[in-house]
Amino acid sequence: MTEPFRRTALKRTGALAAAAMAAGLARPGEALADWNKGAFESKTVADALKHLKIAAPADTKDIVIRAPDIAENGAVVPIEIQSNIPGTKSMVVLIEKNPFPYAANFDFAQGAALPFVALRVKMGETSNIRVVVATVDGKFLTAVKEVKVTIGGCGG
Amino acid sequence: MADPMKIRAKLEGDLLDVRVLMAHPMETGQRKDGAGNLVPAHFIQTITAQLNGKLVFQADTSQAISRNPVFGFKVKGAKAGDKLSITWTDNKGDKRTDEVVVGAG
Repeated sequence: MTEPFRRTALKRTGALAAAAMAAGLARPGEALADWNKGAFESKTVADALKHLKIAAPADTKDIVIRAPDIAENGAVVPIEIQSNIPGTKSMVVLIEKNPFPYAANFDFAQGAALPFVALRVKMGETSNIRVVVATVDGKFLTAVKEVKVTIGGCGG
Repeated sequence: MADPMKIRAKLEGDLLDVRVLMAHPMETGQRKDGAGNLVPAHFIQTITAQLNGKLVFQADTSQAISRNPVFGFKVKGAKAGDKLSITWTDNKGDKRTDEVVVGAG
């Protein structure tokens, strides 16, 4: 994907999200959302973010992604994510080069769970792992970590 | 019914360090079996964790989560005797709930 296209796609996402908020469709305070089929079936990061109503997340150093620099086995790549952003409500994990990049979303009950998660994912090839944090006041922040994969974990 | 989860919940002060192992194939729907037929997608889609019946942690997941998923998370304000219950639901509607009582730290 070319960079200019991505920018326009992100801008469009922003407009959509704003419209959705205005129409009262997006309910930021609600923890239990339905499994977002559209986002999970998206084949690009931009599409997935659009379905997730995430608009133009800003880069941050306050999301710590611990993952191996080189994963020998793409079928099992351990990741630990910690957010140091106050009011972290949820975390979206995207594996940018996977056939379906959106891997998971985690919601943390405010005051009851630390904004931390450990998981294991499949990676088809070397890719950035992108994490987007949503805060209780509706901000989106993002960070990436590249993992080099020597044997892919998708397909047979 | 799927095999039980293995839940380890370790209390450190009032912080509960949880690690859960779920027995699940997590089929992507893209893998072929020995005869060259696609194996249908079969994966966990939602996970919820409750402490004494109150929702503390929730996940929506895709087929990109590894086979026999392992998740770790940390719950605040827990004490010995609390009940931690974890439930998963997969794309075929199968679900499983397991519960542990938090031991003294």
